[in-house]
Amino acid sequence: MIALLRRDLALAVRAGGGFGLGVAFFLILCALVPFGVGPDTAALQPIAAGILWLGALLACLLSLDRIFALDHEDGSLDLLATSPLPLEGAVAVKAMAHWITTGLPLIVVAPLFGILLHLPPAAIPALLGSLLLGTPALSMLGAFGAAVTVGLRRGGLLLSLLVLPLYIPTLIFGTEMIRRGQEGGDMGPPLLFLAGITAGVLAVIPFAAAAALRVNLR
Amino acid sequence: MSIWEYANPVKFMRTSGAILPWVVAGAAVCTLTGLVWGFLTPDDFRQGSTVKIVFLHVPAAMMAINIWVMMLVASLIWLIRRHHVSALAAKAAAPIGAVMTLIGLITGAVWGQPMWGTWWEWDPRLTSFLILFLFYIGYIALWSAVEDPDSAADLTGVLCLVGSVFALLSRYAVFFWNQGLHQGASLSVQPGERMSAVYRYPLYLTMLGFGLLFLALLLIRTRTEIRRRRLAALQAREMRA
Repeated sequence: MIALLRRDLALAVRAGGGFGLGVAFFLILCALVPFGVGPDTAALQPIAAGILWLGALLACLLSLDRIFALDHEDGSLDLLATSPLPLEGAVAVKAMAHWITTGLPLIVVAPLFGILLHLPPAAIPALLGSLLLGTPALSMLGAFGAAVTVGLRRGGLLLSLLVLPLYIPTLIFGTEMIRRGQEGGDMGPPLLFLAGITAGVLAVIPFAAAAALRVNLR
Repeated sequence: MSIWEYANPVKFMRTSGAILPWVVAGAAVCTLTGLVWGFLTPDDFRQGSTVKIVFLHVPAAMMAINIWVMMLVASLIWLIRRHHVSALAAKAAAPIGAVMTLIGLITGAVWGQPMWGTWWEWDPRLTSFLILFLFYIGYIALWSAVEDPDSAADLTGVLCLVGSVFALLSRYAVFFWNQGLHQGASLSVQPGERMSAVYRYPLYLTMLGFGLLFLALLLIRTRTEIRRRRLAALQAREMRA
């Protein structure tokens, strides 16, 4: 499993843009928003949390098809399926590699972009906490969507149609947590819900994704 | 005698062909009588004549949810017992469910405009219905994207299971995010918490009518799918010969 993780990370780094592209997309999105809604602090501050979460979500979505598509094309996915490592484990590792290459860099730069969007400093811990808890679920659900659409020729658009509705609960609790952090409210309930969703997703979705992969490899 | 006998397509075709005219007739009678009866009810003292949209709105909304549950059960039967009729029934049900969701949303908007003063409000119930509609769209899109019918049935089955969990999760998550404008349940077994009998009985009739209407459409569409599958099999055989 560790070997697979290292291989995926090495591939992402050497192919170029594994770490950089998602962050660059995130930056562009955050830079475009003030052009759309105006540069006033009063206009930006209330929507900053939502923009940051939407940016993270879309940046995550962009790189999803890479999780399985390349391995499907060159046949290494078939090797993975016949290897002693259960396919469920392989899916979990691949989702983790996706999270390390896209989710983690986003979390690192998110406070910086929060400042760009006039997010008050008091909300930064809530921003970091919600992203840290929520983005693993995004990667795992994305791996499920990628597994379902891996054999399709034009899977990209379908992938976003299938995956984005699954992101709704995470998005709701993530932004709610930042909002409460911003206003000094009780962050406990959304934090627990977010953690619960992520834990449930990490526990159950590998099985669904592996089942979908087995169908696509048939 | 077990229910699994009907998993045999021949048996299913014979039985569904026999009961289909009765279901169609029942759906027509119940829906039309219910709607006309509903139309003849007196105006509500506060809502005026707009109250009558309830006879379309409530049955459609109820069926939108029930059809998803039916698809979930059918997907489970397909994934566990591999009965093709079950998978085809789930496929046939999805567009009906999507249309029911759309009817619920549109009639709600038409009623909401004079009553709430807005076509759309980000209310938990409305939002979760929109999310349900998105799940229907994704499900239908996946069916049409995968070419191999068995793979398509498997993938959509898994998607239906995962989607059900998340549709339910979203349903309750949206309460966290916004307070509601939509009223609570209008039908309850408790007297006093439900709407007046003048409106209730026609509503029950249209609910029954919509249920039968769904059954009729489902049978017709499933029979079409089975015939399409047979046709494909015949064509494949001819190609080989």
